[in-house]
Amino acid sequence: MTKVSMTVNGKAVSGEVEGRTLLATFLREDLHLTGTHIGCDTSQCGACVVHVDGQAVKACTMFAAEAEGAEVTTIEGIAAADGTMSPVQKAFQEHHGLQCGFCTPGMVMSAHALLAENPDPSEAEIREYLQGNICRCTGYHNIVKAIAAAAAEMRPVAAE
Amino acid sequence: MPKDFGIGASSKRREDVRFLTGKGRYTDDINLQGQLHGYFVRSEVAHGMLKRVATEAAAAMPGVHRVFTAADLESAGGLPCGWQITDRFGNPMHEPKHPVLAEGKVRHVGEPIAFVVADTVEQARDAAEAVEVEIEDLPPVLDMKAAVSGDGPLVHDEVPANLCFDWGFVEDNRDAVDEAIRNAPHVTTLELVNNRLVANPMEPRVAIADFDASTGDHTLYLTSQNPHLIRLLMGAFVLGIPEHKLRVVAPDVGGAFGSKIFLYNEEVACMFASIQLRRPVKWASTRSEAFVSDKHGRDHVTKIELALDDDGTFLALRTDTLANLGAYLSTIGSVTPTYLHGTLMAGNYKTPLIYVNVRTVFTNTVPVDAYRGAGRPEATYQLERVIDKAARELGIDPIELRRRNFVQPEDFPYATPVAVEYDTGDYGAVLDKLIEIADLAGFEARRKQSEANGLLRGLGVNTYIEACGIAPSNLVGQLGARAGFYDSATVRVNATGGLVVMAGTKAHGQGHETTFAQVVAEMIGIDETMIEVVQGDTAHTPMGMGSSGSRSIAVGGSAVVRATEKIINKAKKIAAHLMEAAEADVDLADGTFTVAGTDKTVAWGDVCLAAYVPHNYPLEDLEPGLEETAFYDPANFTFPAGAYACEVEIDPETGKVRIDRFAAADDFGNVINPMIVEGQVHGGIAQGIGQALLENCAYDENGQLISASYMDYAMPRASDLPMYVVDHSCQTPCTHNPLGVKGCGEAGAIGSPPAVVNAVLDALNSGGHKVDHIDMPVSPSRVWQAMQG
Repeated sequence: MTKVSMTVNGKAVSGEVEGRTLLATFLREDLHLTGTHIGCDTSQCGACVVHVDGQAVKACTMFAAEAEGAEVTTIEGIAAADGTMSPVQKAFQEHHGLQCGFCTPGMVMSAHALLAENPDPSEAEIREYLQGNICRCTGYHNIVKAIAAAAAEMRPVAAE
Repeated sequence: MPKDFGIGASSKRREDVRFLTGKGRYTDDINLQGQLHGYFVRSEVAHGMLKRVATEAAAAMPGVHRVFTAADLESAGGLPCGWQITDRFGNPMHEPKHPVLAEGKVRHVGEPIAFVVADTVEQARDAAEAVEVEIEDLPPVLDMKAAVSGDGPLVHDEVPANLCFDWGFVEDNRDAVDEAIRNAPHVTTLELVNNRLVANPMEPRVAIADFDASTGDHTLYLTSQNPHLIRLLMGAFVLGIPEHKLRVVAPDVGGAFGSKIFLYNEEVACMFASIQLRRPVKWASTRSEAFVSDKHGRDHVTKIELALDDDGTFLALRTDTLANLGAYLSTIGSVTPTYLHGTLMAGNYKTPLIYVNVRTVFTNTVPVDAYRGAGRPEATYQLERVIDKAARELGIDPIELRRRNFVQPEDFPYATPVAVEYDTGDYGAVLDKLIEIADLAGFEARRKQSEANGLLRGLGVNTYIEACGIAPSNLVGQLGARAGFYDSATVRVNATGGLVVMAGTKAHGQGHETTFAQVVAEMIGIDETMIEVVQGDTAHTPMGMGSSGSRSIAVGGSAVVRATEKIINKAKKIAAHLMEAAEADVDLADGTFTVAGTDKTVAWGDVCLAAYVPHNYPLEDLEPGLEETAFYDPANFTFPAGAYACEVEIDPETGKVRIDRFAAADDFGNVINPMIVEGQVHGGIAQGIGQALLENCAYDENGQLISASYMDYAMPRASDLPMYVVDHSCQTPCTHNPLGVKGCGEAGAIGSPPAVVNAVLDALNSGGHKVDHIDMPVSPSRVWQAMQG
């Protein structure tokens, strides 16, 4: 067992993990942050996307030990402390960008990462960016709409 | 102006905030005190004699509590099939035992052989490696035609020619159909495969069984669409647990599409182990396990013949289908390829004579059962494909050929030759709407543009009908169902006017917490936020058959209406007493009771308070309290219908098909929440396009599943799919349920595969390639090969 320490959603945390423990498992089982979901075992589905040092990462592709010292943000860390949802989260609700909700945390985390990189993505760019996030419910239509709407909401209004 | 609450409003979903903030509570998010973890040893071969399972070494591994095999489960029954089909000759179907853990033989890759229970999942997995399994390989039964030939190996020794049953529908029509086809001026014949699929909800299955020896209570947390059905099957048929001592809880369920209807081996093993070990036992499927243990869908091989006269009038239809059951009869595996398929073969058309023959076949593959649409996509695909082929052969426009044969508005109620009666519809109006929203007038210009870009453009248009709202219990009982198909709701009003709806259905992504609240809010005239919806827990909901087959609003929603009507009727009696008026003169609107012809009013909340604080109350005539339950058994199926259009572009260099436009016009009758309905259609279309272009569950010649992960099974991704144009404004309300609703969950998956394949064939034929058919998935290699002639 190895001791790991990292910052998760702004809080310093530590735990004892086996070398083979995945970051996704550590978040879910040790930190009880069950919003990070595990939908496959081949790093394809993207339900476990979190941010590690600002980058979108599939938490099943990383050992917990590799996140030593890292700043990790999970879906639980996206809304404001008073519960106000982020523009992306609000847009997903407004545009019905989720059904069963299982892929949703990963989708929201990927969408935030996309918009940090590219504040004004085209439909094609949104679809391309979501290659690593599988949704079986929505057919993606409303996810794409929601991300485009969130992008518009988040872009600074041009000065008059 | 759109409504902002109640029926017809696109209310935002109350489920969403918890899902968007990571607060959803799925089964795998639950961990119980003292919980052990299970892991299954599964067969790595498709077919073989199970000679020896040695568990001693595994049992001695660190953290291991027990290793269970079939020998431990002698007291448990096999997994039951819920529908007994009678064959063409009047004989009941073969029902070979479906053991929880393999007995004597293994019959598919992935079949569970042993169940290792340990302190941690890692220990259980490590110990599973130490279970020694000795299997003497047998030749696998894979190809259905070979399987029924009578001279190959047998999956079950007691089932001759691997034939579970040979079903004819309607058997009395057989000779007349044969004769009509013999004498017809034109017969179009098509042989096609409806490809095997895996449902692939994003949440894998999970079970946590918790036997409490101190009380004798059994609790099962399960990824289920129908916890009451699971309780009945597991309790009464497999483990002998009385239902009052077995509670099944389905928390948030992360998609299902049919695959979480069934009683599975794994949850039975968990409960059995929990009883033996007196500790909670959890099993969580990996995706790799899901591919070889979740029930698969579709997998039909069909020959369809459509007889027409010279002007394109349909005269008769005959189909001959081999339907794969996999290795065992699943929970509703027998009805999916029969009654859920044969009854839809009339489609939207007035074909006077129809005969459907289905032979169901055991093979050494994962059991096959309902997947989104369940039998109806198979029916629609073959019918809508053969019509397009007939149109090409006769030189009639395919849209016009369909229109000529439509059941007309004045024909309803329309009794089909395949034993169902469509209550209502207007197929011409839906088709007209499709032509408008798909901008078919602009198609030729778009085709020219594609040609200028060196691409082939094709258009596929088809209609569909489906039967939802399963089902009238007396009817399905006659057809072999071993369950009733009512649903239920309890409405519990609180003293201060808020209320709880406890539903027998169980949403798994469809947003019933929102939709059912809208229905009740509309009926009483109170704010939706005053209504809570509880579902998915047998301890807190009345017995219902759950959510499948697009039945939840048509059957479950009707039960909600009936229970709310009972509430309103009683509340009116209380209001009449409070206002000293005659009950017949009391009305309820906008949450206020009034007396006709007076200015007397009493608010909803005051009546609720009076019911629970009955100081001024007609106690001699009326019980206090305000809580009612209704069970609703539908009078008929509902028949949603629609018309779909797909435009594709094909790159002739590579055979790659790109969907450029997709439009769907549906008639779902009345719509409760348009936003949710459109979302259901989007998702269904995506799964239909997935089937048509991408997805295929493939076995190799040894019975190994070669599409067993997301690396190999092509799930549709965002960049594979277009935006969809959808419309549900053509509404012919269902005539026999109180909301006039039909159901919308499966339509997209039913209507879209033929639209895609017809579009591909149109593109190829318009480009000078004479191609009659390409099987799904229409992959670049298949298209390219077809183009080479």
